[in-house]
Amino acid sequence: MAQFGQNDDSVVVIIGSGAGGGTLGNELAQKGVKVVILEAGPRTEIQDFVNDEWESFSQLAWTDARVSSGSWRVAHDFPNLPAWIVKSVGGSTTHWAGASLRFEEHEFKVASAYGGLHGANLLDWPITKADLDLWYEKAENKLGVTRTNKIPGLPGNNNFKVMEAGARKLGYKEVHTGRMAINSEPRDGRGACQQIGFCFQGCKSGAKWSTLYTEIPEGEKTGNLEVRPNSHVAKIEHDQTGKVSGVVYFDEKGVEQRQKARIVCVAGNSIESPRILLNSASNMFPDGLANSSGQVGRNYMRHMTGSVYGVFEKPVHMYRGTTMAGIIRDESRNDPSRGFLGGYEMETLSLGVPFMAAFLNPGGWGRTFTSAMEAYPRMAGMWLVGEDMPQETNRITLDAEVKDKHGLPVANVHYDDHPNDIAMRNHAYRQGAAVYEAVGATVTYPTPPYPSTHNMGTNRMSEKARDGVVNKFGQTHDIPNLFVSDGSQFTSGAACNPTLTIVALAIRQADHIATAMQRRDI
Amino acid sequence: MREVDPRTKFSRRFLLKAAAAAVPTAAIVSATGLSIDDAWAEGGVLEPSTMKTLVKVARDIYPHDFLGDVYYIAAIKPWNDKAAADPQVKAMLEDGVRRLDQDAKDRHKTTYADLGWEDDRVALLRGVQHTDFFNKVRSDLVVSLYNQKELWPKFGYEGSSAEHGGYLTRGFNDIDWLPKA
Ligand SMILES: Cc1cc2nc3c(=O)[nH]c(=O)nc-3n(C[C@H](O)[C@H](O)[C@H](O)COP(=O)(O)OP(=O)(O)OC[C@H]3O[C@@H](n4cnc5c(N)ncnc54)[C@H](O)[C@@H]3O)c2cc1C
Ligand code: SF4
Repeated sequence: MAQFGQNDDSVVVIIGSGAGGGTLGNELAQKGVKVVILEAGPRTEIQDFVNDEWESFSQLAWTDARVSSGSWRVAHDFPNLPAWIVKSVGGSTTHWAGASLRFEEHEFKVASAYGGLHGANLLDWPITKADLDLWYEKAENKLGVTRTNKIPGLPGNNNFKVMEAGARKLGYKEVHTGRMAINSEPRDGRGACQQIGFCFQGCKSGAKWSTLYTEIPEGEKTGNLEVRPNSHVAKIEHDQTGKVSGVVYFDEKGVEQRQKARIVCVAGNSIESPRILLNSASNMFPDGLANSSGQVGRNYMRHMTGSVYGVFEKPVHMYRGTTMAGIIRDESRNDPSRGFLGGYEMETLSLGVPFMAAFLNPGGWGRTFTSAMEAYPRMAGMWLVGEDMPQETNRITLDAEVKDKHGLPVANVHYDDHPNDIAMRNHAYRQGAAVYEAVGATVTYPTPPYPSTHNMGTNRMSEKARDGVVNKFGQTHDIPNLFVSDGSQFTSGAACNPTLTIVALAIRQADHIATAMQRRDI
Repeated sequence: MREVDPRTKFSRRFLLKAAAAAVPTAAIVSATGLSIDDAWAEGGVLEPSTMKTLVKVARDIYPHDFLGDVYYIAAIKPWNDKAAADPQVKAMLEDGVRRLDQDAKDRHKTTYADLGWEDDRVALLRGVQHTDFFNKVRSDLVVSLYNQKELWPKFGYEGSSAEHGGYLTRGFNDIDWLPKA
């Protein structure tokens, strides 16, 4: 395994080892580029994972302080947990469920497709679906996405069968066990899904793709990649010419360290990435790095979300088997006649008893609540996920008071639902309930959004420097050797889950960076 | 379909582990047959009567008639240590219980814990539901009650499955009552 000196200024430093950072690190290493990944969290391996929701949460989740504000219900229910994401090597790909879908063509052109929507800061991506399709193919192959590359779909579990039966009765057409980055048969040295049912807690069989045990060890094998866990980046430094020159980070013992760099790539997920850029403000860049547009931290998107749980007379045992291998796609189209722009997906979802208690109806109590809990074995569940509208005022800022253990200002996550998001959620709640009622649900529960698992848009891509933070390769408009490599690049969020797109962009970015380095452009 | 046996099974290893970690889990309480009254015999900074009322409050917040008191005791017991460590917590709990007893006296001429009908007690809880006392007790309870492994089978939940090879051969797709598609 490689080890690079802190004064080695020929390395590419990547901040974060999740979907974006882990993929980029391996791709660059394969091309012979020397890479240091700095990861704030520890290295937690497959054998350390536990099938226990709260214990796993404290093992993997990002629990450093964050604050929240705005009219979204999460700020009220979980004021210090606006997002549910990971701090560990592998990032949120340890927690993720594996749903891997491509954006639709119109979802890259939201300004053109949706027109002027009041209150929304809509912008077309500087790339089209056609530009990305080649990279989507590579990403699907890398992740081993089912229903692509001749990989069969996963078998449907009980939760899926209920959803599927209801969907068919309602006349929905595109219903299947999903395009999942979970092996339905052995592939890439990893086995097939054992239907363990704890996909959110780290897959103990390794059937689910995570950078932790795919990209990262593969990159390490080349001798070009060093991953430093427990290394929390505080800020990015630059030289007098305005080019970035390295990063300052705190090691495991809390001691300040410096790593020089030829290029820095930020991939800390959409809350921490803008926080790092803002915390890196200097005399030359008083508003933070790469922020001449003032868009760093803005246009925070987290998807329109919600869940519906249906209760039946007979047992379902929804928790058995793959958490999210089931989808209805019929509502993902853009059809303004439904009363909102954009679309949403319905995906199977199951929580265990501990998380169900915490998330079914936060704050709820009494017999209404406990009768829902007692119906647990007879419940089926689905997650609703759809496009939310980027708004300039939905944003990550540095909190004026709260500091983390290193003395760094923490992120404030501000979010107000756009009326379009609310109209979409209400539609989705009705359709979700209808799916279950069609097969005999006696009660349905429209469950409010959980802390954000999909975080996007806070360093968005734009054609023009004044509209966004990065160009079509994720390179910041202001600083040529500073890149953004995670979902914060998203110009819009689309209806589907974001990670396949994050990975496709990372593979594409690696290609761009390696070529530019060879040409000595950067 | 394979259904879940709601009877809790305590392995000897689990009991030893719990005992070694000195966590007052329901397993230990129930295995030793403790009742509400002797659960507090070992003492603590909170009066047994305060703890007894808190246990009643816990049951009224999340009433599950198939759960014995042991689970509510286990969920509430850690407050004793938290109260010992922090006088403000102690005061919050004692004041909260005192207020509920006072409300019970004013309306029903008895204490909260002795008030016969759940509906009447719940009405008193509604009166305090925006207080710090209620919020802290409830938000703690939603984890400390439902996160007890021993009660999961009663909710038809089987917990950790990796060590059993997942559900691949244990009923992940055994639903048999759906209408034919
Ligand atoms: C429960 C759950 C289920 C999900 N299911 C799906 C799904 O089915 N499909 C899908 O597409 N997406 C899913 N997601 C979302 C998916 O996990 C994320 O979109 C994806 O992992 C984001 O990639 P990223 O590289 O932006 O960030 P992450 O994967 O979160 O990685 C960021 C990493 O950066 C590190 N970091 C942050 N700040 C610093 C710092 N200052 N210094 C050093 N390191 C730092 C973090 O510790 C973290 O490890 C799910 C997420 C969760 C939580
Ligand atoms: S259900 Fe499959 S993917 Fe999910 S944790 Fe289990 S083995 Fe892994």
